[in-house]
Formats: sequence, C-alpha cells, structure tokens
Amino acid sequence: MAANERAGSLEQLLAAKEIVVTCGSGGVGKTTTAAALGAMAATRHGGRVLVLTVDPAKRLANALGLEGFGNVETQVPTAAFKSADVKPRGELWAAMLDTRQSWDDLVHRHAPDTATEQAILDNKLYQNFAGRFVQSHDYIAMERLYEIHTSGRYDLVVVDTPPTRNAVDFLDAPERMEEFFTSRFLRLLIAPYRSRLVSMASKPFYQVADRILGTQFLQDIAEFFILFQSMYEGFVERARAVSTLLRDKRSTFIVVSTLEAAPLNEAEFFIDELRARKLHLGAVVLNKVLPTYFLDANADRIADVLVEKATQISGTIARPDENPADVARVLTEVAESFLRFSVVAQREAEQRAELAASPDVMATVPYFENDIADLSGLLRLGGKIWS
Amino acid sequence: MDAPADLLDRRLLIVTGKGGVGKTTVAAALGQLAADRGKRTLVCELDAKGNLAAFLECGPTKFKEREAGPNLWAMSMDPEESLKEYLSLQLRLPLLVKIGPLNRIFEYVATAAPGVREILTIGKVAWEVRERNWDLIVVDAVASGHIIGQLTAAQSINELVSVGLIRQQTDWMVEILGDPSLTGLIITATPEEMPVNETIELSARLEEETNIDLAAVVINRVLPELFGRREEELFASLNDADRKAALDAAVGGDTDALLKGASLAVALRRGSAEHLERLREALGKKVPMLYVPYQFVRGHGMRATRQVAEALSSELGY
Repeated sequence: MAANERAGSLEQLLAAKEIVVTCGSGGVGKTTTAAALGAMAATRHGGRVLVLTVDPAKRLANALGLEGFGNVETQVPTAAFKSADVKPRGELWAAMLDTRQSWDDLVHRHAPDTATEQAILDNKLYQNFAGRFVQSHDYIAMERLYEIHTSGRYDLVVVDTPPTRNAVDFLDAPERMEEFFTSRFLRLLIAPYRSRLVSMASKPFYQVADRILGTQFLQDIAEFFILFQSMYEGFVERARAVSTLLRDKRSTFIVVSTLEAAPLNEAEFFIDELRARKLHLGAVVLNKVLPTYFLDANADRIADVLVEKATQISGTIARPDENPADVARVLTEVAESFLRFSVVAQREAEQRAELAASPDVMATVPYFENDIADLSGLLRLGGKIWS
Repeated sequence: MDAPADLLDRRLLIVTGKGGVGKTTVAAALGQLAADRGKRTLVCELDAKGNLAAFLECGPTKFKEREAGPNLWAMSMDPEESLKEYLSLQLRLPLLVKIGPLNRIFEYVATAAPGVREILTIGKVAWEVRERNWDLIVVDAVASGHIIGQLTAAQSINELVSVGLIRQQTDWMVEILGDPSLTGLIITATPEEMPVNETIELSARLEEETNIDLAAVVINRVLPELFGRREEELFASLNDADRKAALDAAVGGDTDALLKGASLAVALRRGSAEHLERLREALGKKVPMLYVPYQFVRGHGMRATRQVAEALSSELGY
C-alpha cells in the first residue's frame, strides 16, 4: 500500500476512539507505548485520559506517578507536566490492574447475597482461581476495562494487556468465560452434588475422577462451581457486554512489536487473529528500530574502506600524543560495529516492508539510548509516533 | 545432595525468563550443546507455541518426542496427552475408553484448580527424569511471571487435595525438583531494566517459596564493548570538527553515520552495564552468570542456535 493510501496517523486514530488496547508479545514495550499514547492524547486532544496498565516497570510507574497505587485511578500531577515543560489540554490518569482485587469486586457485584459472597471469597479454590489462573487475568483486564468505560469517567482509556502465554487468549477470554459457565459439562459435573438422589457411583467417569482426585477434592470443586453459578446471570451478561464493547466502533487494537523474529511472528499472528475476529486493527507500532543511517549504502562502503585502511588512515590523523596503533584500533571498531548493525538494520527493513502490507497506520520508534524515566521521556516517545 | 560442578551433569534444566529475552534460544542451545557432548538429550517446550521446532529446524514437535539430530530429541508438552499417558500407566485404563468425557471434566477441574494442569506438565517431565530415559532434559518453560506456580504445582496440589492418586504422586516430584544434583533452574535475561528486575525478583522468590536450586543466570544479547577507557577518549575526539574533516578526507567520504552508529553502540552497551552491575550485586557470587553475545545474525534457526551453543560452551569452560 502506498503511503498516501494509509488511513492516517495515531493522532487521528486516538481522536476517533474511546478504547485503545495495546497488545503484542512480552518485552516489546507495550506498556511504555500505551503510556506514551495516553500522555500524548491527554496533552494534545484534551479530555480525561486513563492509562490502565498491568505490570509497569518501576521507572514507568514513577513517570506516571503510580508508585504504591493499586486498583485506584490516580491523576498524573500537573507538576509532572510542568517539569516536562508541557501544558496539557486535558487530564492524564493512570491505574494499575490488581487482579485479585478486581475479582473480589466482581464477586461483590454479582453475588446474590452477602452470605454467598463471603462463601465464595472464603472458598479455597476461588482463591486459587482468582490469584493464579492465567485466563482469569485476561478476563479481569477486559472486565475492568468495561467497568471503567461504562462509568463515563473518561474520554479515552488506553489499556495494556497482561503478558499471556498466547497473545490472543485475552481476546477470547470473555467468550470463554461465558462458555465455561453455560456449559452442559459443568452442570453434569455438579449434578451429583446438587441432588443426593443421583448415585455418583452410577457414572463411570465419576468413579475414575474420584480415584484420581479423591472425593473431598471433587466436592470442593463442585461447591466452587455451585457458588459461582449463583452469579451466573450477571456474569454471563457481563461477559457478553465486554465482548460487544471490544467489537464496538469506538474500540481499537494497537499491535506493538520489535523487528526481532519471534515478537514479529507473534505480531503477524496477532494481526491475523484480530481480522478473523472482526476486531479493529488501528495501528502497528514497531519499537527499538535501528536508526535509518545504518541503511546508508554509502556508509557501508566507507566502513569497508576504513576496515581495510585503518593503519594507513590512523597514520595521517593521529595526534602527536597518540599511539597510531590505538587510533587504528578505534577506527576498526567503529567500522566493524557499523557493519554488524548494518546487517541487522537491513534485515529489519525487509521485515518491516513485509509487515507493511497490512495495517493502516504503522509507526516506528527508534532505539532510545536511555530508558524512559519521566513524563517528558514518554512525551518525547509519543511525539515520534503521533502524527 | 550437592549440585554437580558441571551444569550439564544435572538431569533436568528448566529455562525461564521474562517474555522476549530468548528462553527458547537458550533452551535449544543448551540441548544442542549437551547433545554435541554425547549426552542423550531431550528438549521440551512447555507452552506449545511451536517455536522450538524452528530453533532446532526439526519439523513440528508433538507430545511424542521426535529426533532433532544426533543425541537430540524434542517434544511439546500437552497436558491432555500427559493425562492420557498417566491414566494408561497408573490406572491401567484401556486407552481411548472413557477418555472423552474425562477430558472435559479435566478441563473444569483444571480451571478451578490450576495446579492440576501444571502438575500434569511438570509431572511428565519429572517422570522422564525418574525413569532415567535421558541423560539430560532441558525444559523451555513458561515465563518468569508464571514459573513459580508451575514449579510449586506439586505443593499446591498437596494443599488442595488431601487424598487420591494425584496426591500420592506429588511427593516424588517434589523430591526430584528439589534435589540440586538432579534439577536446576536457569533464568534467562537480557541486560535491560525489566528483565533484570524480574530476574532479581524471581531469584528471591525461588529462595523463599521453593526448594529449587538456581543453577545459572544466562545473560543473552550482550553487546560488545567497543572501547577501553583510553580508547573511549580517543573515539570522542573523532567528533572534533578538525579531526572529523581529516578523517573524512582520508577515507574519501562522510563518516558521520559510522560515528553516530558507534556512539549508539557505546551508549547501549553503557546502559546495559548498569543493569548487569545491579544484577551481579543482587545475585552474589553463588550463582554463575553466563554471557551470550548479541547475535548479529539474520534470524532464528539452527545457525543462531549453534552460535549461542558455542558461546555457552566457552562460558562453561569446555
């Protein structure tokens, strides 16, 4: 696709959307990208913008003024903008997702009465489920997004997805949760414990399950599901609403990747999965891209000359107090380092070209020499991909 | 028992690390290195992404191990297959009978009690160790955020399940995983802020929450140090206007990109050195750190795996 056929910029995209979900494999800078986009939107577009993150690096959390905050939404202080020498049009808020707390809130909302709520919270398996179950993290992130969005407190919510084993898991989380609670098999599993009239022993697979897991454990499981079923209606309705929201025109997904082979494969896979689910792919952001000067063919040639003639050149440029051999070594290192990075940059450029066939907006972020430490760093990064 | 002096003399090496740091590369390279050194080696991928096959260039991996080269086999974990194998071995159930509904029941049990799924994966690995089917098993494990849950599945099950067959099976697993002469965990990191933070956190949690020995930390993608201190001054002076002009004239073109590129390489290296220093301090002298240089190669595959294996080989003193 030619550049001018592209739909536009992240600036346009974020002006049109109310929910932005950044996704991609671990270690590619998802959280930082989400924060940078949120900061830019608050600064340029105005309104109230929330960045909902999962597990920010300490310095990023500091940059957002997030230290010590859990599920509570906190406003990034105006002082932080002032020291970045920026006058934002809107407000920037940030919150960190606390999985366990969010589950407890959900139970509180959907449990039919306080006795059931307490029974669920006390259930050993619930504690295990809410704390450890990987898919429960995916689900709760989407659920919390829904809760925040429907509260009407924000113009834009930028959410960064939890690190999952499989990047698409969280897309399916609401549906899987619904499927889980409506399944015939679940009812089958609980049935013998609901009605003492049915003899467990009559079902062969209960016998097997019993031999493997023991009766007590099976009863614990049944209790867990029976308790959870009391929340069935509210829960399923909610899961459907979350799914619908993700498909809404106001939601978009931004795939973040680096140009390394493994994250890029995952990004491509993810783009396909978004399409298959009819979810909106808003943009692809490529992080840690090597500067374009590594692609300069002329510089490559000069590096070759430098490697070849280092000794000779060092003779002409060495200062009287310098050892020409030292100068030659430095020149050789400079040239060889360039050639090494040049190969990587060429490969990256090719991979980028292959990826460019798909998204409407593609933004690249050059390698930053330092990690982001404050709001001005975030805005600097955001500025690189904004328009 | 004590840990053997040689890393590859353990029977089970579990490789973890933050997402994106090169766990699979390191696991594949360790497997390749062990195989090269004559050990009958199995590399097992825990989350079935199918990446391992690409790193060993051996075709798709499944639950049943496949040959990936001389002395080298590869497999992908599948909890349901593991359950089937377990049932056929332990209960002497006729295979294929009643497995269908049981699998669905298993889905639900595993959802409510995640330890069940994890015990079937780690259990299969521990079982291979117990049966002495291999000289070495290298596990490309889950990311550092989930590894503690994976490793302590046996203990968690003990808390949840008081009787039954699964309960009886956990004790020997705990024993194998906790024996440093047999089992070691390897954390992979890159010299960057988040991977280093996670490595420090994980090593502390390992001590507090598990009895599993941290065998080594592999630092992947270490950028080369271009200059010593004296040379660095010299390099900086190349940007002086008169000197840069002389250099451009001598080489017959603009060296701007070269100098910028070298500055970036120096800055990246310097940034990573801070994180490495922090890591070294936190880990102390007890845990060996193995450095794998950044691979300026075209992509993943046997060539990259070989180069990492060679780097590890020299770090291990072979």
